[in-house]
Amino acid sequence: MADFLPELGRAAPRLADGLLVTVEATVLGAALALVLAYALGLLSRSARPPVRGAARLVVEFFRGTSLYVQLFWLFFALPMLGFRLEPLACGVLALGLNFGAYGSEVVRGAVAAVPRAQTEAAIALGMGPALRLRRVVLPQAHALMVAPFKNLLIQLLKATPLLSLVTVPDLTFQIDQLRSSTGATAASYLLLLGLYFGLAVVLSLGMNALERAAKARAGQEGGV
Amino acid sequence: MPTEDLAVRFDRVTKRYGDHTVLDGLDLEVARGERVTLIGPSGSGKTTILRLLMTLERVTDGVIHVAGQPFSHMPGRTPGKLVPASERHLAGRRRRIGMVFQQFNLFPHMSVLDNVVEAPVHVLGESRDEAARRARDLLELVGLADKVDARPTRLSGGQQQRVAIARALAMRPEILLLDEVTSALDPELVAEVLDVLRDVAHRTDITLLCVTHEMGFARDVSDRILMFDGGRIIESGPADELLEAPTEERTRAFLGSVR
Ligand SMILES: Nc1ncnc2c1ncn2[C@@H]1O[C@H](COP(=O)(O)OP(=O)(O)O)[C@@H](O)[C@H]1O
Ligand SMILES: [Mg+2]
Repeated sequence: MADFLPELGRAAPRLADGLLVTVEATVLGAALALVLAYALGLLSRSARPPVRGAARLVVEFFRGTSLYVQLFWLFFALPMLGFRLEPLACGVLALGLNFGAYGSEVVRGAVAAVPRAQTEAAIALGMGPALRLRRVVLPQAHALMVAPFKNLLIQLLKATPLLSLVTVPDLTFQIDQLRSSTGATAASYLLLLGLYFGLAVVLSLGMNALERAAKARAGQEGGV
Repeated sequence: MPTEDLAVRFDRVTKRYGDHTVLDGLDLEVARGERVTLIGPSGSGKTTILRLLMTLERVTDGVIHVAGQPFSHMPGRTPGKLVPASERHLAGRRRRIGMVFQQFNLFPHMSVLDNVVEAPVHVLGESRDEAARRARDLLELVGLADKVDARPTRLSGGQQQRVAIARALAMRPEILLLDEVTSALDPELVAEVLDVLRDVAHRTDITLLCVTHEMGFARDVSDRILMFDGGRIIESGPADELLEAPTEERTRAFLGSVR
C-alpha cells in the first residue's frame, strides 16, 4: 500500500486515457444502439409481415447471442473473412448491436403504449402514416422511452469492461495494468468500482434531467 | 336524389367483427348540408357508422360513397370493379370529413393553438402564420381565445371538447361527425359544448352526422333523425315529427329512457 499512491500518481495520465476510452465506447456504443433501436423498433411494427419478420429475427438474434460472443466473433472471426476492425470499433459495434436489439423493444413498447385514440384523432385530421408517427405518436412515446433507456445506458456502461478482453485500453484495462505493477489488488479494484460508480451516477443524473424534460414536453406533468 | 347532391351514401354496407354482424347491408343517404342525428340504444351500431365513414374501420361488404365518389373503395385493375381503398387513395379524401370524439383526443404534447394549427400546416400546407390566424379565430368562436397557449390537460372537459371542435373545423371539412361529444362531460359542462355546436350549425352549411342522447340538441340542429336498433334504421323522419310522434314502439321506449 505504501507504494500504491506514488504508482497511482505516475499512472494517472494512463488512467485518464482509459477513462476517456470508456466514455468514448459508452457514448459511441449508445449512439449506434439508439439508431438501431429506432430502426428495428419501428420496423418491427411494420404493416408488412416480411419486414416485421426480418426485424424480429435480427432483434432476437442479437438479444439471444451474448455480447461476449458477439465481441469475440467481431474481433477474432471477422478478420478470417478478410475484414479487420480496430478493437474499439469491434467493441462499439458489438455494444451497438446488442443494446440496439434490447432498445428496439423499448421503442416498440413505447410506441404501442401511445393510445390508439391519438392515432385516430390524427387520421381524422387527414394526417398520413409518416406524419402521424413523426408529429403525434413519437413525441408522446419519447417520454415513455427515457426511463428504460436510462437502465440500458447504465447496463451498457457496465458492459464496457468486456472490451479490455479484446485489447481496448479502457479504464478496466489501465487499472489492471496498475494492479499488476503494484500488486495492490484490493486498492486497484476498489478504485475501479468507485470510478464506474461515479460514471453511472453522472449518466443517471443526465438521464433524469432528460426524462423530466421529455415528460413536460409530452404534457404528462409540468407544462403551461 | 342525384348522387352528386349526396354528401354520403352507404350502399348495402355490412360490418362484421368476427362472426358478430354489427351492420347488415345498411343503406343510408345524407344530402349536402343536411344535419342528421343517429339515435338508438347502446350497441346498435351508431359509432360504427361514423367510424366506417372516417375510415377508422374498414367495411366488410358494400361501398361508402362521399360526394358522389367511391370512398371506402377505388377503381381496381378490372374496369368497373371496385377494390378496397388504399391508404394513398384515402389520404387525399379523408380531409373532406372531420370528426369529434367522445373523449376529445387532443394531442397532449401540443399547446391548444398547436393542436388547431397542426393539420392545416402539415396536411393542407398552409403557412404557419395563416394557420395560426385562422386557429385564433376558431378558438375565439368556441370561446377559448384566452387559452391558446395552455396545454390541453390543464383545461376542463368542456374546454377540451371545444378545442377539439375548433381543431376539426380548422381543416374546413365538408362533413363533420360528432360521436356523443358530451357523454364524457360533467353535466354542468354539456351546455357550453352544445351551444358552440348550435352556433357552428347555424353559421355554416357543413353536413352534420351526429350521435347524441341530448334530444333537445338533436331537435335544434337536425333536419332528420334516424332511430337505430340492431344495426338497422327502424324509423326515420324530420326531427320534430320523430320526437313528438314516434310510430315504432322501440323508438317510444328508447325516447322514454333518455328523457
Ligand atoms: N372493435 C370491435 N370489435 C368487436 N366488436 C365491436 C367492435 N366495435 C364495436 N363492436 C360491437 O359492435 C356493436 C355496435 O357498437 P357501436 O357501433 O359502438 O354501437 P353504439 O355506438 O350504437 O353504442 C356492439 O355490439 C359492439 O360490441
Ligand atoms: Mg357509440
